Parts: sequence; C-alpha cells; structure tokens
Amino acid sequence: MNLMRKSLITSALAAAMAVSATAQASLSDDKVKIGVLADMGGVYADICGQGCVEAVKMAVDDFGGTVLGKPIEVVSADDQNKPDIGSVKVREWVEKDQVDVVTGMVSSAVTGAVTKVLTANEKIALIAASASHAFTTKACSPFNAHWTYDVVSLANGTVKPTVQSGKKKWFFITADYAFGHALEKVATGVIKENGGEVVGGVRAPLGTSDFSSYILQAQSSGADVIALANAGSDMVNSLKTAAEFGLTEMTDVAGLLVFTPNALALDPEVAGGMKLTTGFYWNMDDQTRAWSKRFMKLNNGKIPAMPHAGAYSATMHYLKAVEAAGTDESKAVMAKMKETPVEDFFSRNGYLRKDGRMVHDMLQVRINTADERKGSNDVFTIEKVIKGDDAFLPLDKGGCAFALSQK
Amino acid sequence: MLHGYALGAVMATFLGINLFGLFGQLLVGLINGSFYALLALGLAIIFGLLKIINFSQGALYMLGAFTAWMALEYLQINYWWALFLVPLTVGAFGILLERFLIRPIANEDHLYSLLLTFGVALILQGLFTDWFGSSGLPYAIPEELKGGTKLPFMYLPNYRAWIIIFSLTVCAATWFMIEKTKLGAYLRAGTENPQLMQAFGINVPLIVTLTYGFGVGLAGLAGVLAAPVYSVSPEMGSNILIVVFAIVVIGGMGSIGGAILTGLAMGIIEGLTKYFYPEASNTVIFLVMVLVLLVKPSGMFGKEA
Repeated sequence: MNLMRKSLITSALAAAMAVSATAQASLSDDKVKIGVLADMGGVYADICGQGCVEAVKMAVDDFGGTVLGKPIEVVSADDQNKPDIGSVKVREWVEKDQVDVVTGMVSSAVTGAVTKVLTANEKIALIAASASHAFTTKACSPFNAHWTYDVVSLANGTVKPTVQSGKKKWFFITADYAFGHALEKVATGVIKENGGEVVGGVRAPLGTSDFSSYILQAQSSGADVIALANAGSDMVNSLKTAAEFGLTEMTDVAGLLVFTPNALALDPEVAGGMKLTTGFYWNMDDQTRAWSKRFMKLNNGKIPAMPHAGAYSATMHYLKAVEAAGTDESKAVMAKMKETPVEDFFSRNGYLRKDGRMVHDMLQVRINTADERKGSNDVFTIEKVIKGDDAFLPLDKGGCAFALSQK
Repeated sequence: MLHGYALGAVMATFLGINLFGLFGQLLVGLINGSFYALLALGLAIIFGLLKIINFSQGALYMLGAFTAWMALEYLQINYWWALFLVPLTVGAFGILLERFLIRPIANEDHLYSLLLTFGVALILQGLFTDWFGSSGLPYAIPEELKGGTKLPFMYLPNYRAWIIIFSLTVCAATWFMIEKTKLGAYLRAGTENPQLMQAFGINVPLIVTLTYGFGVGLAGLAGVLAAPVYSVSPEMGSNILIVVFAIVVIGGMGSIGGAILTGLAMGIIEGLTKYFYPEASNTVIFLVMVLVLLVKPSGMFGKEA
C-alpha cells in the first residue's frame, strides 16, 4: 500500500515536472497525440467503438494532419467497459506515451475512473459518449469537456414536454446500476417539477432478456407513461416486450436514452411513433448529411450515432484551440476552448461552459413508422429543436465547485 | 354495482397481494420457463449422453437467431420455414464442430472440451459483432401470431402462447424419444458402453456426432423462437447461458426430464422474484443452485455418482 502510494506520488511529481519543463516549448515532444478510449467489441461498440476512432481520424485529416507545423497522431484502445482497464491504459498513455488529450469514453463508470487519472496529470478529457452528468457537476474538473449529451438534457428533452402535455403519471423501468439510477433520479426531478408524479417502478438487472414480468407490473400501475431508463439491448428488449403486450397502444412509452443504432435494431412497427431526445441526427440538414456521408464510408456504411459526431466535433475544437493558443499545454488550450464558440455540423449555438459542459442545441425526434421511412436509414423525424440552455442543467444548479468560485 | 366492484377488488387482493397480478406473473414465468427448458434440454442431452460441457450452446442459440434473420433478409425465407431449416443448419454446424474440433480431444479430460467450446463461443460472438455490430437486428413477429388474447387477469400475446405450446411439445417429444424408444435406447447404451455397442455392430461415433448435432440444433431452434421477442444481438447467448447452466446443474447434470422440469420451475421462481423483489431476479436461480447442491450434490433429478 505504502509502496503504491509512493510510486503514485513519484509518478505524479514526474508528470508535474514534465508539464512545467515543456511549458515554454510550443508543443510537448514535438507532436500532438490524441488517445481514443472506446468499447471496441462489447455492447457499446456501435455507439462509440471503432467508429469513434474513425471520426477522430477524420477530424485530424480535415484539420490538415498537422498543428503548429507538427504532426498529429491518433492512438486507440479498448476499455472493454471496465474502469480498471480504462484507467490503466490512460495512465500508460499520459505517463509513458506522451498522449496529450483523450476522447471517446463510453461507459460512465470508465469515464469516472479515467477522468481522475487525466486530471491528476493535467490532461484534457473530451467526453464523447458517456451519459452521467457527474463529470461537470459533483465530479467536475478544469480538464473535463463533456461534449455530446448527458442524462439531464435527455430528461429535459423527453420528459418535460410529455408531462406538460398532460401525461402526469409515470412508471419507470430502470437498469439497476449507476447510469440507470442517475437517469431515473434526474427524470423524476423533472416530472415532479412539472406537476407530475411517479406511480411506480422496477429496477431490472443489467442484461435482462425477458421484461414481460416488468411490463405486466407497468400495465397494472395505471401510469400514463412508461419510462425506459435503460440503454442498448435492455432498451430494445423492454420496448419489444411492451409492444408485444399491447402496452404501446394503451400508454406512451418513452425511451430516455436511444441511440440511432438501437432505433435501427427495432422493428418500425414496434418503435414507430416513440419520441426521444438526441444530440445529433445525420439527416438534419445539408451539413449533417455531407459529414455523415463521408463518415459512413469509414464506418462500414452505417450511419453515425451521436457520439461519433461528438467525437469529431470535440477533436476539431481541441485542435483549433491548440493552434490558437500556440501550445498544447492543457490549461492554455482549455481556456481557448472555453472562449471560442463551438459551431459546426454537430454543434449548433454551442459553447463550452466554465464547468466543462458543452452546451448546444438538442433535438427532440420521433421514430418513423414503416410507412414514413423513405430508406433504411430514415429512422427519425425532428420535431423540435431544444435550446442548449433549456436542455442542460444550469451552471449554478450543478454544484461544480471550481466553476462556481470563478467569476 | 359499486358493491360488485368492491367485492371483486377484495377478492382479487389477498394479504395485500394483487392476485390477478400474481396469476399474470405465474403465467409469464411459465412461458419463460418453457424457453429455459428448451435451452437446458440441449445442454442436458450433450452432457448426459456425451459428457461434453458445451459452453458454446449460448453462442449457437445466438447463431440460430442470426441465421433466422439472415434467411429472412437475404433469402426471403419466412419464420415458419426458418423454424424448420435453421435448427438443421445450426445442427449441421454443430456436427462439423464435433467432427473436427471436439472429437480429436474426446479422450482428454472434460476441461479440454469445456475450454474448446468456450473458445468457439467467444470467436462466434466476436465474428457476429464484427459483421453485424453490437446493437442487434430487428425481426418481426410473424403475421399469424400477432395480437393477443385478453384473459381475465392479463393480456396474453399470441406469440407467447405459441412459445409455451411449441417448446413444451418439443421437450416432451425429445424426452420420449430418448427415454422410451428403441433409438433412444441405442443412444443411451452407445454412450454408456461404447465398446459393447460397437461389438453389436452399432456405429457409435456416428451416434455421438448426431446426438451433438441434435443438441445443438435445439439451441438453434430456441434462437429462432427468441428472435421475434428478444433483441437479436451477439451478446444474447452469453447473457442466458449461465442461467441455463445453473438450471442443468439444479436439475441434475445429464438428467433430461430433470432439465425440462427445472427449466419450468426456475422460470416460475424467477417470475415471482421479478414481482416481489426485482433486484434479485438475476441471482435467485443461483441461490437455488447453491441450496440444491448443499442438500443434494447430484441435483434434484440426478443419479447419485
């Protein structure tokens, strides 16, 4: 234990010395190195796996491949959705391999562990895929930039308008782990604020294959809306079962976190008509279509999910900030990132707030029915654009200490 | 009129438990159980007759679901044909597996075949993730089985009713074939005492290969049955495999009837847990397993070693 602490202190010191030694030079070790940490073969591989690596490489290519006259290098690793694996890899990256910034980051548990390592080493985390809002609230850091979406923006986007439309009674089917609990808690807050109530809920273990028992409970609860506070195959399975038991005809079912690949995995007859919130949709306008078309060529012809677009946007914004700051020293780069608006095909009216939250417009969409679909990828119709400041948690409510103490 | 409703409400509630809700839970538990029974049956046959601990059973179940999807997508083969053709395809794949990978190590310790089949499972899962992604694929319920029936205590989707009828029929037929027919007798004898059977002129290696193919085919069949209601994704097999193994252990490794009955019982126990304490629903079967192993190490229906 003592030995470990000693080695930790030594490495932290070494890292600190390395940072101060290179502060004068414009670029440490004469290159900018970007690490992409993602789930390469697990349940989230479609959400942010190899696709995130391709998106980051695309951003580097579009930037020109060099910054301040020096090469930009991209490395990647599989975190297998395990916090220990992720943090060991990132520690190796920043302490040994001179990685300057890490992006990707899918499972919130992994991101929690990895951002601690990055902050200790004063390296920037560009969080592209995680859902938890902790990284810009309770567990915030001057080195975190949370890019694509978070649980609060999902709840505000999907839950608020539904409660306001008169559907007051809610029932939760929640994935029984940190992410599901966080999503349920945040959504419950939104429901109560808007005069609704939660009439019941179940916590289903992660990876449950049969949801029929929970659907029966939801059915007998008398709720107006069944909220699915889960993701991936849990979401797909619970929605399939809800439709099978006729629940979707009697009440509303709201998927609180649905990525485009999940929506594509559902029969349009089952999912058609369901409303949800997303940070990006490929078919929004010419800009998104142009980018997505290029991305699809690199992603086996599959359309981008929002973390792919987010990873590109975050990388591009970071590289621009390095260029503008004339250095890759994290604090200077972060300052530039926060003072420059984020405006690209992904981020509309976006800015990186003091606490590290990238606030941008979110989209309220509806899953198209079979008749509405003009092609196999025509999965959403955009119903409403939600202004960033309405979607995300306001700075003063987040409780991020360092950001609140700044003027 | 008001009185009638009040009376009904009183009758439907007993000790604070909503009885209608409870009936519903029992029925969905039974449906799940019949599904477990079908999966456990394949495992039990392969273990009971061949002494192979087949860890690839979950991946082959996944293969069944994906084959059904591919058949529909690329060859326009509908659900009903898939129900017949997919088990044959998966079974044929199993036969190749047995012939070229498992047989060469048949005389080694059981651990070798366990590790081999586990490796095969990981390779299959990895390949399908690479080809089709991790999010899963859509597969619609066949037109004939859409909709449902309104029972007094719940809405029963027709497809669920079909699952229970179909899998119980398959289970019963398989049990009958192995335990009560001449073919089954050859099978049991051939695996009990191969030398003697060889001497009688029975081709034992062929029996072993076909039995493995049959057991694996059952996994493929379960995969087709699952495709319309569960997410067709590469992980679907690994999620369910451990539960099914626990069922086989509770039933008594290798006991065919035991696997079927335990599958049904565990479906019901799991269903009730989902009602009373959902958080424990993925552990309750393992709790039962521990208790059974403590009291009767050979399992509920297993022969004493």
